[in-house]
Amino acid sequence: MTYFEDLRVGMRTEVGSHTFRADEIKAFAREFDPQSFHLDEEAAARSHFGALCASGWHTAAVCLRHIVLARQRQEAELRRRGEAVARTGPSPGLRDLVWPRPVYVGDTIALRAVASRPDVGLRVARHSGINQRGELVYSVLSSTFIERRVRNPDGVQA
Amino acid sequence: MRAFEDFKVGDIMEFGPLAITAADIKSFAARFDPQPMHLDEAASRNTVVDGLFASGLHIVCLHMRLFADGVLHDSTSMGSPGVQEVRYLAPVRAGDSLTLRVEIISARPPKSRHEMGLVNFLSHMVNAGNKPVLEMAATLMFGRRAAAAANGVAV
Repeated sequence: MTYFEDLRVGMRTEVGSHTFRADEIKAFAREFDPQSFHLDEEAAARSHFGALCASGWHTAAVCLRHIVLARQRQEAELRRRGEAVARTGPSPGLRDLVWPRPVYVGDTIALRAVASRPDVGLRVARHSGINQRGELVYSVLSSTFIERRVRNPDGVQA
Repeated sequence: MRAFEDFKVGDIMEFGPLAITAADIKSFAARFDPQPMHLDEAASRNTVVDGLFASGLHIVCLHMRLFADGVLHDSTSMGSPGVQEVRYLAPVRAGDSLTLRVEIISARPPKSRHEMGLVNFLSHMVNAGNKPVLEMAATLMFGRRAAAAANGVAV
């Protein structure tokens, strides 16, 4: 992981993609978002969505998984090269989240992170998901506390 | 069934409590947020927030579940266009029990669509000690009574 000082606005990372299956859409919905258009094909067909679609939080959760795994791959690469890895803290939250279009069964969503202007000690990034037709289905501004290169807890300049 | 017209500004609803276990925390994390502080008691020691705690998105999903069970299952819900803000205010630990309080901030029918209306909520989740752990401002879409009745839905 780059340190706070290394963050550059506009830095873009393609973190992976995911194809949503009907069984995982329903399993997520049973656990966290039991609304009929996420659970049942026939009910979804009668709804304004027209077909079974994923909970918006399911899309958010899949995106988070890919963001975390991409960061862990990047950290492993830095360690392999013998470079210091910045510690990251918890997230204070997220804002400006939109779901402009539903994610339907069989849709493949490409996930990416683009660095936004950092806040005090915070890495801020726009995470987004784009379907196979190039349409935005999910976007959020996410923030995470991130270690500074100077005055790290060991008192050693990194 | 609750339609758009049934949501009144200033109404406050309360749902829960919902208990969260270490197994719940690790199961969500393994699937969606595989970081050590959400996966493993030993690895989570001496991290920035000391000890195992739930992924923030896990708490958001529990918020969704409480809201779906409390309101949406018997409503003209049409999903959500988005969320203005989520703030994680305190870590949620194994054994915590969460209660959701939701206040209706605004309810407006958009000019361009007569079949539905937008309802803005401000919600707070608190733990058993009444300490706030999450705050969310979000918008939901609900079918209007006349449109739902025209579609054969009893409202």
